[in-house]
Amino acid sequence: MIFRVFEKEELKQLFDILSDHNRVVAPVEAGRDGSGRPVYAFSDVREFNDIRLNHTVTKLPAKRYFLPFKEDLATFTIENDNWHKSIAYNIEQPFILFGLHPCDINALNKLDKVLLHSVYPMPYYAAKRKNMFIIGFDCIPQPYCFCRSMGADTALHGFDMFITDLGARYFVEILTDTAYNFLRHIRTEEPGEDDHILYMKVVAERNEKFTAHVDTTDLAKILDMEFQSDVWKYWGDRCLACGTCANVCPTCYCYGVEETVDIDLKGARKTKMLYSCNVMDFAEVAGGHNFRPERHTRLKYRYYHKHRGFVEAFEESLCVGCGRCGESCLADITVPEVIASVRGSGRNE
Amino acid sequence: MNPELRFTDVVAQARPQKRKDDIRNFEYSYRAEITSIYPLTDKETLYRIQIVDPDERRRFSFVPGQFIMLEMPGIDEAPFSISSSASIRGEVELCIRSVGNLTNFLPRVRRGTHVGIRGPFGTGFPMQQMHGQNVLLIAGGLGLVPLRSPIAYVLENRSHFRDVNIVYGTKSPAQLLFTYQYEMWRKDDIDMDIIVEKADQSWKGPVGLITDPLKDILSGRDTEFYYNTYAIVCGPPVMFKFVCNMLNEFHIPMQKMFVSLERRMHCGMGKCCRCNVGSTYTCLTGPVFDYWTVMNLKEAI
Ligand SMILES: Cc1cc2nc3c(=O)[nH]c(=O)nc-3n(C[C@H](O)[C@H](O)[C@H](O)COP(=O)(O)OP(=O)(O)OC[C@H]3O[C@@H](n4cnc5c(N)ncnc54)[C@H](O)[C@@H]3O)c2cc1C
Ligand code: SF4
Ligand code: SF4
Ligand code: FES
Repeated sequence: MIFRVFEKEELKQLFDILSDHNRVVAPVEAGRDGSGRPVYAFSDVREFNDIRLNHTVTKLPAKRYFLPFKEDLATFTIENDNWHKSIAYNIEQPFILFGLHPCDINALNKLDKVLLHSVYPMPYYAAKRKNMFIIGFDCIPQPYCFCRSMGADTALHGFDMFITDLGARYFVEILTDTAYNFLRHIRTEEPGEDDHILYMKVVAERNEKFTAHVDTTDLAKILDMEFQSDVWKYWGDRCLACGTCANVCPTCYCYGVEETVDIDLKGARKTKMLYSCNVMDFAEVAGGHNFRPERHTRLKYRYYHKHRGFVEAFEESLCVGCGRCGESCLADITVPEVIASVRGSGRNE
Repeated sequence: MNPELRFTDVVAQARPQKRKDDIRNFEYSYRAEITSIYPLTDKETLYRIQIVDPDERRRFSFVPGQFIMLEMPGIDEAPFSISSSASIRGEVELCIRSVGNLTNFLPRVRRGTHVGIRGPFGTGFPMQQMHGQNVLLIAGGLGLVPLRSPIAYVLENRSHFRDVNIVYGTKSPAQLLFTYQYEMWRKDDIDMDIIVEKADQSWKGPVGLITDPLKDILSGRDTEFYYNTYAIVCGPPVMFKFVCNMLNEFHIPMQKMFVSLERRMHCGMGKCCRCNVGSTYTCLTGPVFDYWTVMNLKEAI
């Protein structure tokens, strides 16, 4: 890994050069919530000053740029009784994601495991992922962040460069030659011993700030043992089955497929839509049989997939601890509380 | 040193070793023609479907127990078990019950209609492992559909098997599928028991549950028989649970009993997660599982 440091005003210079030639997506302030705190969102950006590099976790993850909520898997032209199928992966140009936090980079790395590096790699995701230039940015842990428990508080790969704020200057890790070449457009220097010390101090200070934790020791096994536990009913009774948690989750990728005929009857399309396993008909089959009719069985399944199934397959869980699901849940269901209760130390005890 | 990103073409970059790793295959469907449409009952229709391109036809092979995704553009895409002999390449028979969008549309199409098929997907029954053994083929209702492929295998390789029994049960005589084939199966020295839950005027056979004839077959045999017997059980979950429990009572090894699970499916490739049982993908690790595995799957039965 190559490290550099640069003066803070150079960052605008870098952005200007990159955005002159490329589409850039970055966190911006989208509005204010009820208590007047800013709400952040990823959006196309043309002006450096619109970017909020001190942003807290965005309400929605950057997921829609690589797993759009809705996209056509194929389109058909229909003529009399004949049809022709066309497949496009729905990306025309590469783009830059500017300011992705470690949890969101790790979310991509987890998705890579199932969508790129397993059997039947998914080209729609691959095409977007491979055409994304990622500039990571460090963050300040919020009360709901438990990424450290999930081992997702730092990103080791899956980005092009990663910037850490050292106070007076920026410290950058460079992973790709594209990133290296981009940085030649601004003034950077080799970090000195004092920069290293400063970097370690910044990281240590950040680590102090984590307040939410999840005990993941033996969790995959405990989930199996507690499969029939009543705590699931407790959470299931609260759950509204609205699906928001999956929608805001940077690692949820389940979907459904639907085919429709265009109104002019000359074409048809096959559309993929992200889905949520908490929604009523997730496992319902034609004829009406539902394999998970009760809310608690669906909620349990979501935890089971994330904290057991994915662990069995890839030796890590499918949750980066970003806290988004808990923050957005109208029923106040948070991962740390659910897992603590399954482990027998929750509030329903 | 132009600061402009260059487009990466994931298809051009692909260097796949196997079909399952080929990124281009994800949405690719074989163009196939419905060559025959044969109504079996008022709800089930048998379709014979042949891949149009001769090269693709030669390359398309499957093992008994696997399924394909059948697509009718603009209508729907859904999984169906292959219900024909695996020794015929590039052609499949599907027996489809009308229950929803696609399945109600299909009986209305004409012979010669083109559809898309993807696959084959999933696991199959380990037919070769069963060589030299007794085989029990047990089906309830629509379960006879996936069973026809292993039945075809057994018929084509009859000398490799010892006793072969088919046990088939439905709710009523009108629901019996493939009635015209039973005689042929019996002639190949296959014992076939058929039972219905509720008789009608024409029915002269036995009435009861599928476990009744099964019990007769299993009773009074020796340990040698039980130990050297494989069972393939297809049907609704309640049915295979009772059947497998009975097989288990007679000490047929759980790893020699195979069932096929049905779940909602939207991809067949371990991506949409709709088919998950506990944390297992039915479309990848199944649909065929041995019973030991099923017992260990959370929420399977
Ligand atoms: C491995 C496997 C093998 C099957 N084999 C057969 C067979 O040989 N014969 C037969 O008649 N049926 C079979 N089915 C069931 C068949 O897939 C459904 O009847 C079919 O999906 C209904 O589609 P539809 O468009 O008519 O119904 P809709 O209700 O309109 O379904 C919409 C979508 O939901 C999904 N879906 C709904 N029901 C099911 C279901 N039961 N299983 C899986 N996905 C479902 C499909 O993706 C479908 O496209 C099989 C299912 C599986 C999983
Ligand atoms: S956001 Fe909360 S209420 Fe909605 S489905 Fe998820 S857990 Fe249930
Ligand atoms: S499950 Fe919740 S905390 Fe975990 S990655 Fe998804 S949104 Fe973030
Ligand atoms: S059918 Fe989509 S994951 Fe199994």
